[in-house]
Amino acid sequence: MTQVKKHEAKLSRAVESIQPSGIRRFFDMASSMENIISLGVGEPDFTTPWSVREASIHSLESGRTSYTANAGLIELREAISDYMEERFDVSYRPEDEVIVTVGASEGIDIALRSVVDPGDDVLIVEPCFVSYAPLVSMAGGQPIPVPTFMKDDFQVTLETLQEKITPKTKAIMLSFPNNPTGGVMGREDLEKLRDFIIEHDLVVLSDEIYAELSYDQEHVSTAAIDGLKERTILISGFSKSFAMTGWRVGYVCAPAAYAAAMLKIHQYAMMCASTMAQYAALEALTNGRQEMEEMITSYRQRRNFFVKSLREAGLSCHTPGGAFYAFPSIKASGLSSEQFAEQLLLEQHVAVVPGHVFGEGGEGHIRCSYAASMAQLEEAVDRIAVFMNTIKKEG
Amino acid sequence: MTDKERELLLLIEKEGRMPAEKLAKMLDIQLNEVKLMLENLEKRSVILGYSAVIDWTKASGTEMVTAMIDVKVTPKRGVGFDEVAERIYRFKEVKACYLMSGTYDLSVVLEGRTMSEIANFVSEKLSTLDSVISTTTHFQLKKYKHDGIMFEEDDDEDPRMVVSP
Repeated sequence: MTQVKKHEAKLSRAVESIQPSGIRRFFDMASSMENIISLGVGEPDFTTPWSVREASIHSLESGRTSYTANAGLIELREAISDYMEERFDVSYRPEDEVIVTVGASEGIDIALRSVVDPGDDVLIVEPCFVSYAPLVSMAGGQPIPVPTFMKDDFQVTLETLQEKITPKTKAIMLSFPNNPTGGVMGREDLEKLRDFIIEHDLVVLSDEIYAELSYDQEHVSTAAIDGLKERTILISGFSKSFAMTGWRVGYVCAPAAYAAAMLKIHQYAMMCASTMAQYAALEALTNGRQEMEEMITSYRQRRNFFVKSLREAGLSCHTPGGAFYAFPSIKASGLSSEQFAEQLLLEQHVAVVPGHVFGEGGEGHIRCSYAASMAQLEEAVDRIAVFMNTIKKEG
Repeated sequence: MTDKERELLLLIEKEGRMPAEKLAKMLDIQLNEVKLMLENLEKRSVILGYSAVIDWTKASGTEMVTAMIDVKVTPKRGVGFDEVAERIYRFKEVKACYLMSGTYDLSVVLEGRTMSEIANFVSEKLSTLDSVISTTTHFQLKKYKHDGIMFEEDDDEDPRMVVSP
């Protein structure tokens, strides 16, 4: 018998080049501590509306446990198409322009993989959700960060875009309302980017998962800007607006050629999204809108309360127009965002996420989620105020 | 009624004890504006009172019996049901009183310390009124939800991961 050789993991270079998310360290630290108030959570504090849960129970009881069409239940795609038209004035054919995905996360992945070739550059407007750059790398492309700043209300500007564009640039990844900054781009703001996008013939990947969570003005979809729809892949889902994070159900809407390409990846990688989650999503769109609006009102009230209280505690904070995050500057503390978040956690047991993990432009900020109860928010701002005072004294 | 007034009412309907300072921040208006608004809403009798929702089964020695009584009455010319309703709802034992559509006319909610206290009230006060034709008494056995508040202990542990992207 030949001697058994120890197997060394033979990993692909692509996956080895990827760094684990910087959030991980804070997760481990916070998980090991007691009496934590967490403002570090990137999901709603509401439970999924009961009517949605009940519809899913019913779908299970009725034995709807088989695969659906690869692109998802046609009833759900029709409902998504109607909803997008009614809410955001963008029109997609349910038959060949809408795909139900396993969360918006899968949508981001298949959108990038259907567009990016090795050697392509993809502009990523940062700070942003942590998965964009690694997924560009996994697709063989080069992520090119385009920073945004508090002085611009975290909107992307033409000047920074022009600095980053090269002949290799193929696509731009946008995400407004933004996680982690809460920044939003209105119609006029998006229109300013249109000529640049068209001139450089870019594909737009627009992650609009927080579209409904827009508090001061109606959300405008990138695809609703004249001339951009034909080159836009719109990514969204049910997680944030309907408090359905654990269901893992999202969707992509795109012109048929892009949708067909994404469907190829989706059908081989996923087959289809979870059937019971799809029935739940259908119920959310059919009967869950009022409860969604109530949740949005509650987020807006908590945003008002929280941002004001942060300012009173001595942090400078822009008014986030959407999502459920405040992204205050901590530069006055003299600490890096990593140090600030770590000390705040150790001394006051408040968990936040340091801004630098969200990419360029994030350093000097912390992300605080206000998807927490009012009681928790009140206690958290009290503790933050105490923390700020001790820093001042020490400084 | 302004949008802010409506928003304020919805907030204090859920949490009547919310301090004005907190309301001001949440509604993004000035503190004195909130105070004026509240005063004004009280004056216009839009806000009639501030009460607490109490689970009396947990306050030992003070358990209450609640009955819902379907009352059929003869309406009176000129005043309809209002006069007889008033005769009934003025009793302090009457917790609530509604005019209903359907097979009976008034729904009366009674609260007492014992079942016999309620039975006495129904037989002596309520059914002896001239306009009352009949009464059907239903005793509440258990309260699951009242005024939008669930009585069963909800698991309030946050199931979310402490930090997530």
